Amino acid sequence: MAERSDMIPIYVMGKRYDVPSSLTIMKAMEWAGYTLVRGAGCRGGFCGACATVYRIKDDPKLYFGLACQTVVKPEMYLGQIPFFPAKRADYDITQLEPTATTLFKIYPEILRCLGCGTCTKACPQELNVKGYMAAAMRGDITTVANMSFDCIMCGLCAARCPAEEPQYNVALLARRLYGRYLSPRSEHLYQRVQEIQAGKYDDEIAELKSMNLEGLKQRYKARQIEA
Amino acid sequence: MTYTPEIHELIKFVEATRPQRVKQTFPSMPLEERQTLLNSFHPDFLDEGMRPIRVGNAKGNRMPNELADVLEGRPHLPASFDLSQPEIETDVLIIGGGGAGASAALHAQENGARVTLVTKLRFGDANTMMAQGGIQAADRVEDSPTTHYLDVIGGGHFNNIPELVEALVSDAPIVIQWLENLGVMFDKTPDGMMMEEHGGGTSIKRMHSARDYTGAEIMRTLRDEVRNHQNIDVIEFCPAVELVLDDKGQVTGAILMNLETEHYFYAKARAVILATGGSGRLHYQGFPTTNHYGATADGLVIAYRAGAEPLFLDTMQYHPTGAAYPEQILGLLVTEKVRGLGAQPLNIHGEQFVYPLEPRDVESAAFIRECRGRNLGITTPAGHPAVWLDSPLIDIIHGAGTIEAALPAMVRQFKRFNIDITRQPILVYPTLHYQNGGIKIDANCRSNVPGLFIAGEVSGGVHGRNRLMGNSLLDVCVFGRRAGEAAANYINGINLGNPTLNHLDAWNEELDSIGINGAVKSPILLPDYTRHS
Repeated sequence: MAERSDMIPIYVMGKRYDVPSSLTIMKAMEWAGYTLVRGAGCRGGFCGACATVYRIKDDPKLYFGLACQTVVKPEMYLGQIPFFPAKRADYDITQLEPTATTLFKIYPEILRCLGCGTCTKACPQELNVKGYMAAAMRGDITTVANMSFDCIMCGLCAARCPAEEPQYNVALLARRLYGRYLSPRSEHLYQRVQEIQAGKYDDEIAELKSMNLEGLKQRYKARQIEA
Repeated sequence: MTYTPEIHELIKFVEATRPQRVKQTFPSMPLEERQTLLNSFHPDFLDEGMRPIRVGNAKGNRMPNELADVLEGRPHLPASFDLSQPEIETDVLIIGGGGAGASAALHAQENGARVTLVTKLRFGDANTMMAQGGIQAADRVEDSPTTHYLDVIGGGHFNNIPELVEALVSDAPIVIQWLENLGVMFDKTPDGMMMEEHGGGTSIKRMHSARDYTGAEIMRTLRDEVRNHQNIDVIEFCPAVELVLDDKGQVTGAILMNLETEHYFYAKARAVILATGGSGRLHYQGFPTTNHYGATADGLVIAYRAGAEPLFLDTMQYHPTGAAYPEQILGLLVTEKVRGLGAQPLNIHGEQFVYPLEPRDVESAAFIRECRGRNLGITTPAGHPAVWLDSPLIDIIHGAGTIEAALPAMVRQFKRFNIDITRQPILVYPTLHYQNGGIKIDANCRSNVPGLFIAGEVSGGVHGRNRLMGNSLLDVCVFGRRAGEAAANYINGINLGNPTLNHLDAWNEELDSIGINGAVKSPILLPDYTRHS
């Protein structure tokens, strides 16, 4: 292999590899020869499979990122957290009520939160995890749901939490409670479902299904496009 | 990773034309011109990229070279593999842990079946999780399922199977209600109106969203609900490598592989639902892809080998707006919602050249024509062709702050590389996104193989030759639910015979008879991205 001028050393779980400096952590590991089984999912920043903890030589600080979205740095020491065994409660969403006590009835450990903010520091989505956990302690489901919305459930918050909180599962419960019970009801949706179940559109659709190609094309071209 | 000085110079052209463009959008293309454009510039029509498959019941059908290679592959195991001791026995085996598999699991258990859901990666590592822009359903007073039907079938070039389109559009509002009752947070106004936008090829605003995490919001909710049910077992990192038939030709389960220990074992079932998704990681014609790591056509491979009938495998969807810069996110999705909210595609002079919301195949072909045909594209620092997507226009049209509120994932994606999409346009180019065709199904997701049900991207016929935005999240829910219910009903009346893998002997003989010897072992399960490969 020809020498490249852009190579930098990184340490994957302690072992040194020289990799091109433009690569993401994930691509650098593959470049180094790893075939990923754990630790790679969507490869686009949405699934949380590639949560990574790293440190730079001589710097005591821990950094957090997604391997698919973070570019390698020289002297980076990295390890992946592809799975974290945080608690997830079982519940029947239809039997819950969205009250101020619901969250900590299901996750009593919420009340153990120290408010230290380590979760927020660890979040690769830069969410205010500490903030939504404070809202969870107040029983404010709506705030938890909105503040946590961009969570990808990678588990780094839970992995770092000294109070052993399953933050991302608390947030998921809050969003489901909000979506089912607290978001404003869409009357037009309920109306349309009733119409469909009453067969209102059956004849129109049957007509389209039986139409020949030319007729269908004419109907397609005649559609009004909403501005 | 900010834009280079050269790119900053080019952005000045975009900024110069912006005031004029706010007032005027490029007109849409007449139906007659679409086919001419596709024939000249869409990758599906590039003959070097396609070939006929040489084996199986669709012998002679044209498809991408890379797909034909894996469909013509050799099985992992011999037909003599021991089936006498199944390690799992269940009513309904669901293969695939995305939106279709999760929806199917919920409906199969609701209809009384014991369910085992197996998935190659983690539950939820799927294209559903990555779908950003939205989900279609005709639930506004001004809209109707009939109009949705017309949009779908016209977008599919009138090749869709009518019964499947009917199922898609008729179930759509029911699915939205179902999702909301499970706790999905759709974007709404304070009085409860769903906030709905256009997608490519829609005649009316019908795109429901959950910011630009629509698929993630649906997937994490479905996954959580599945985990709340005791009669659904979920087994991760266990892909299927073969379907098992009985001596009457009925499906009786699958051979699974523990991806971590490489142990193969038989999971016996009275019905199988295949929900394995698509094939973007085969990188047809060298295109980058928006797809998740596991999208390697596994389901197509094992179903085709077992005699299932494919449809429209010669048509793949190239999403118009894959990221073309920076290189680190090459090919990743820039959601169509960006255009739905008003961003316009532009050439190097900052000029519009296509209506922003044509059906995806037409839009992509227009981008390729602008770069390759007219030489009016931008060349990225790494040498890739690109056109502009003028994202800052969104805040000009809808007010400051709209981009941050409606597209947080996009803002975050580019901010990681020091590009501010609220102020700077984005460089984009078509990227491999979706498998339009798949295994042919009826409205109850039955394939031609008894006991084999199919749902989601691995199925064919719903979208004809081109899927519209927002109909894939809809598809996985509509047909996942239908498959779950149909499979749960099916198992009541069947008598299973003796399980066999005899179809593998027949398959190998067919490969031998036409001299296909160096074929790959398939399903391939994971793409190989190691440097030494």
